[in-house]
Amino acid sequence: MTPRKRLVGLGAFALASSLVLTACGGNGGGDDTGEGDASTGIVSVGNGEPQNPIIPTMTNETFGSKVTSNVFAGLVYYDAEGVVHNEVAESIESDDNKTWTITLKDGWTFSDGTPVTAQSFVDAWNYGAYGPNAQNLSYFFEPIEGFADVQVPTDDAGEPTGEDPAAEELSGLEVVSDTEFVVTLAQPESDFPLRLGYSAFYPLPESFFDDPEAFGEAPIGNGPYVLENWEHNALIELRPNESYAGEREVQNGGVDLVAYTDEDSAYNDLLDGNLDIVTNVPASAFGTFEDELGERAVNQPAAVVQVMNVPEYNEKFQGEAGLMRRQAISMAIDRNQITETVFSGSRTPASDFTSPVISGWSEDVEGSEVLDFNPDEAKKLWDEAEAIEPWGDEPLYIASNADSDHQSWIDPTCNGIRDTLGIDCEFDAYPTFDEFLDARDNNEIKGLFRGGWQADYPAMSNFLGPIYGTGAGSNDMGYSSKEFDDKLKEANGASDPDEAVELYKEAETILFNDLPGIPLWYNNATGGWSENVDNVVFGWDSDPLLYQVTKSE
Amino acid sequence: MPENRYEKAPRPGQGHYVAAPEDVKVGVVDAVSTDEAPSSMWREAWREMSHRPLFWVSVAMILVVIVVALVPGLFTSQLPRQGCSLANSLLPPSGEHFFGTDKNGCDIYTRTLFGAKASVLVGLLTTAFVVVIGTVIGAVAGYYGGWLDTILSRLTDIFFAVPFVLAAIVILSIVPSRSALAVALVLASFGWTTIARITRGAVLSVKNNEFVTASKALGMSRAAILWRHVLPNSAAPIIVYSTVALGTFIVAEATLTFLGIGLDPSTVSWGGDLSAGRSSIRTNAEIMFYPAAALAFTVLGFIMLGDVVRDALDPKARKR
Amino acid sequence: MLWYLGRRLLQVIPVFIGATLLLYALVFLRPGDPVAALGGERGLPEAVQQQIRAQFHLDQPFFVQYLYFLKGIFTFDLGNTFTGRPVSEVVADALPITFQLAIMALLIETVFGIGFGLFAGLRKGKLFDSTVLVLSLLLIALPTFVTGLVLQIVVGVQLDWLPVTAGRDPDVVSLLMPAVVLATTSFAQILRLTRTSVIENVTADFVRTARAKGLSRGRVVNRHVLRNSLIPVVTFIGVDLGNLMTGSIVTEGIFNINGVGGTLFDAISRGESVTIVTMSTVIVLVYIVANLLVDLLYAVLDPRIRYA
Repeated sequence: MTPRKRLVGLGAFALASSLVLTACGGNGGGDDTGEGDASTGIVSVGNGEPQNPIIPTMTNETFGSKVTSNVFAGLVYYDAEGVVHNEVAESIESDDNKTWTITLKDGWTFSDGTPVTAQSFVDAWNYGAYGPNAQNLSYFFEPIEGFADVQVPTDDAGEPTGEDPAAEELSGLEVVSDTEFVVTLAQPESDFPLRLGYSAFYPLPESFFDDPEAFGEAPIGNGPYVLENWEHNALIELRPNESYAGEREVQNGGVDLVAYTDEDSAYNDLLDGNLDIVTNVPASAFGTFEDELGERAVNQPAAVVQVMNVPEYNEKFQGEAGLMRRQAISMAIDRNQITETVFSGSRTPASDFTSPVISGWSEDVEGSEVLDFNPDEAKKLWDEAEAIEPWGDEPLYIASNADSDHQSWIDPTCNGIRDTLGIDCEFDAYPTFDEFLDARDNNEIKGLFRGGWQADYPAMSNFLGPIYGTGAGSNDMGYSSKEFDDKLKEANGASDPDEAVELYKEAETILFNDLPGIPLWYNNATGGWSENVDNVVFGWDSDPLLYQVTKSE
Repeated sequence: MPENRYEKAPRPGQGHYVAAPEDVKVGVVDAVSTDEAPSSMWREAWREMSHRPLFWVSVAMILVVIVVALVPGLFTSQLPRQGCSLANSLLPPSGEHFFGTDKNGCDIYTRTLFGAKASVLVGLLTTAFVVVIGTVIGAVAGYYGGWLDTILSRLTDIFFAVPFVLAAIVILSIVPSRSALAVALVLASFGWTTIARITRGAVLSVKNNEFVTASKALGMSRAAILWRHVLPNSAAPIIVYSTVALGTFIVAEATLTFLGIGLDPSTVSWGGDLSAGRSSIRTNAEIMFYPAAALAFTVLGFIMLGDVVRDALDPKARKR
Repeated sequence: MLWYLGRRLLQVIPVFIGATLLLYALVFLRPGDPVAALGGERGLPEAVQQQIRAQFHLDQPFFVQYLYFLKGIFTFDLGNTFTGRPVSEVVADALPITFQLAIMALLIETVFGIGFGLFAGLRKGKLFDSTVLVLSLLLIALPTFVTGLVLQIVVGVQLDWLPVTAGRDPDVVSLLMPAVVLATTSFAQILRLTRTSVIENVTADFVRTARAKGLSRGRVVNRHVLRNSLIPVVTFIGVDLGNLMTGSIVTEGIFNINGVGGTLFDAISRGESVTIVTMSTVIVLVYIVANLLVDLLYAVLDPRIRYA
C-alpha cells in the first residue's frame, strides 16, 4: 500500500520470481521453431517511472532495470531459474578465480549498427567505476584491480581533497583483441561469472561517451528490444531489435511499460483488461488475487529477504545477555502466522539469510532453529538475560520508514513480542526514507531496524558479503566477525561450486550464532496477467521474461 | 431537524412595512436597537439557543463523544492493544467483540472508543487554531482594509504556497513527539488561509451595512463595532465552514497517517484505523465502517450545534 | 478600478519573494539527506554524494542556494531534477492535467453544491435538507483513499461504466471519476455554505420586502436570495481552486494521473528544492489570480463593496 513508490529501497521490494517449472517447459519448444510462431501484439506491462537516466551503471531500481535488461545484452543472461547462459560471451575462463579471460561471439552489433567489441565492455566498465562519473552501481567494480585508483581521493575525514583520481581506468581491465579481454580481480572470486549478467556489466556503444545525458534519454543497446519512445511518467515503448543476435528471441510485437504510482490502480486496470501484466499485486488484493486470476496468478518466493537488524552499538544487545535477547526476540515471532494472516501468503517464512530461488539454498542450515516460533524457549531465554542484566522500562523499538506500509507487519510482530516476552514493543516510525537512512547511518536508531535485501545476481554470496562482511557497504549494523569474514573468503576462493555452497552455509551458521540480523520472511513475487497474453514466466529476479510473452492482435 | 419556524415567509401584504428594498435598508433599524444594549448580543444568542431542542440534542451528542474521548475505559474493560492476536484476525461481530476484530485481531469496539481521544483532539485543536488565526487575520484585513488588508492578504497568499506534506515533514521533525497537538499544528499551518479568506469576504459584505455606519455615527470605536456588530453578522460562514472542516481535519489525519506523516504509530485513532483498513478493502471493508461512523457521529453533532449557534446569532432571522 | 488592478498585480512581486523564501527555508529545514537516499538502501559512496551535492549547490549556504534558484528563474534555466530531467519540463508536464482536473472538480462541486444547498436552504428542516445532510456527512467521514478506490472498483471494474484509470492522454470521460472524488469534500462545504446563506437571506427583511412588493418567488430567489448568498460561497470556491491546483496525492495515485500532487509529493520526499519551489510558486500565482477575480466579483455581487 505504498502511496508512491520510489528509489530502490522502496520500489524494489514487492517483486516477482520464478514460476512453476511446468509453465516454462511448455513454451521451450515454441522458441526453437523460429520467428514463424511469434505473435505481433504489443504487451502492456505495469511499471513506474525509472528513477535515473537509462544508463546501465546508473540503474539501481526495478522500474529502470525492466528497461536496461531488455534493451541491453551482457556477457551472460539469466534464465527463469537464475541459471547463467552465455549471451555475448563465447567463454569466461579462469584457472585461479582471479584472472578471467573473456572471449566474445562474433556478429553482435548495437542497434545503431556499430559493433559490440571487447572495447565496448571495457570502456563501459571504466566509465562505471570512475569516481567522478558518480554512477550508482560503481561499487560493482570494486573487486576489479585498481578500483581504488579511479576513486575521488579523500582525506582521513572522508572529505574529498579536490584532486583528480590517480588513474582514469581500471588497471585490472585489459583489451587483448576485438573479441577478447582479460579481467584481473584484487582477490579470487569464484562467483564472478555469475555477476556478469547484472546491468552494471552491460556494454556501451561509442556514441554514449559523446553525450551521456542524451544517451540516458534515448539509450542504444544490443538487447532484444530497442527503446523507441519514452514519455516520462507515462509510457516507455520497447520494440523488437532487428539486429539482436542472441537467444532471447522476441515473441511479441513489442512491450509498453506503463507507469503507475499506485499498485491498486495497476491491478484494477488488469482486472478490467486494460493492462496485460502486473508485477506487483497490491496489499489489498493479497487475499483475493489468486482466486480472481486463477492460473494467471504468480505467487512464489523471490530473491528478496526481510530482516530485523540489530545495531551492534546498542549495549542491550551486546554480550551474553544481548545474544539471548536476540534469540528470544527471534523465537517470539510467529513467522507462519504473520505471513499467512497479514500477508495472506504473499510472503514466505524465512529459514535462512538468503532466498529459496538461489541455488544452494537450504531449509535447514545448522542453527536455523532459532527462526522457529518457540514462545516458551523465548520467554526462558529472555528471563535468563534479565537475570544477567535487566532490560529496563523502555519499550523495544522496531524502526522503519513509514512512507511505505511497514506498520502492517510491525504492529502484529510487536503484539507477538509483547505477548510472549512480556515487554513493551513499539513501531518507531520515520516519516521519510532518507530520514530513516540518516538515523541509521548516524547510529541513532533506538532499537531494531528493518532491513531488506534484494539480490543483484543469483548467488548466495550476494546475500552475505555485502551485508554482513566487516565494513561492507550495507553492513548498517556494524557487525564484524573475523570468523565469518574468513569463511566467506574461503568460499569465494573455492574451485568447486558445491564446495562453495557448503562453505556459504557454514558462514550462515556463524550468522545464526551471532544473529546480527533476525531473518523474517522472503518476499514473494506476486503478479498476474490478462487473458490476452500467454507464456508469461516470472524470472528469479521477480521480473517477467518479457521477450517470450505472446499476444495475438 | 423538525425546527422550521423561520421558514414562514410573509405573504405579500403581510410584511411589516413596504418599501423599496434597495434604497432603505432595515439594517438601520436593527443597528439602533442592538446598540441600545450592546453587550446583550451574545447573551441573547444564548437565551435563544437554550430554548431549542436541537441545541440540547447536539450538546448531548458532543458530550457523549467527549466523555468517550476522556474516559473510554467506562465503556469497555479492554485496552486497545491488549489481547490482539493474529489468531483472532477479522472475526465477525459477537458477544465478545461487539464490532468484530481487525486484521491484527484487535477488538474494533475498543479501538473505536479509544480512538476518539486522538481524533477528537486533532479535530478540535486544528479547528480552534484555524478559527482563531483565520478569523483574526481575515476580520482585521476585511474591516480595516487599506494597507493592513494588503499586508495580511498577501501574507495569506504566501502561506498558501506551502504544500502541507512539506509542512508536515518539517514540523514533525521539529516537535518532540508526534502528538495530536503536532498533527493539529501541521493541519492548521496550511488550513487557516481558507478561513481567513472566508472571514475577510464576509466582513467586507457586512461592514458597509447601514447599522455599521450608524454605529460609527453614534461614536462607537471601530474595534467595538467589529466585535459587536460586524463579527456576529459575519459569523455564519465561519461557523458553517469550521464545523464541516472539523470533520475533514479528522479525516485528514487518516490521509497523513496513510502517507506516513500522521500521529505516532502507537496512538490509536480513527484515522489510523481507517488507513490500516485500506488493505482489507477488497475483502473486509466493513471494518472501516466503525471508525467512519464514529467520525460521522461527531461531525454531525458539531454541524447541528453550528446550525443552532448560527441561527441564534443571526439578528436578521431573529426579527420576526 | 484599473488602478486597483495594477496595484494588486504589483503585489505579486513581494508574494513571489516571500513564498519562494519561505518554501526554500522549509526545504532547507527538512530533515534527512536527500542525496544519501539516492542510492536506495545501499547508499552511494561519500565522494559521489559530495559531487552530487556540489552539482545541485546543496553544499552551499541557504541564501546562496536561494540566489541560484532566482538566477535559474530569470535565466529560464532551472536545471535538472535528481533523476536528470529538466525541472521546467517536469513542472510543465504536471500542470495542464491537474488544471483540467481542478476545473472539472470545481464545476462539479459548484453546480451540485450550490444547487443542493439552495434547495436545502429553501426547505430548511424538511426531508430533502436532512437527506442532503446525511449524504454530505458520508462524504466527509470517508477519506479519499477509501471513496476513490471503492468507486474505482465498483464503477470502473465491476460495472464498467467509466475507465478505471485516467491513462496517459485522458479525455473528459476518463477524468470524470477522479474529478468527482476530488470534488466530494468541497462539495459538502459549498453545500453547507450555500444553504446557510440562503437561510439567512430568505429571512432578511429586504427579501420579505421584495416578496411584499409582489415579486414572484422564483424571481426573489434568483435576484435577491442567491446573489446575496454567494459571497462566502464564491470566496470558498476561489480558495478551493488553489487547493485543487495543488492536486491530490491520493486521488492522482488511485487514478494514475501524472499531475501536480504526485509530482510535488515525490519532489518533497526526495528533497528536490527547485521542483518544490517552482511548482508551488506557479500554484500560488493561480491562487492569486483566482482570488483577485473573487475580490472583483464581490463588487458585482454586492455593489456596496467598492475598490479604489
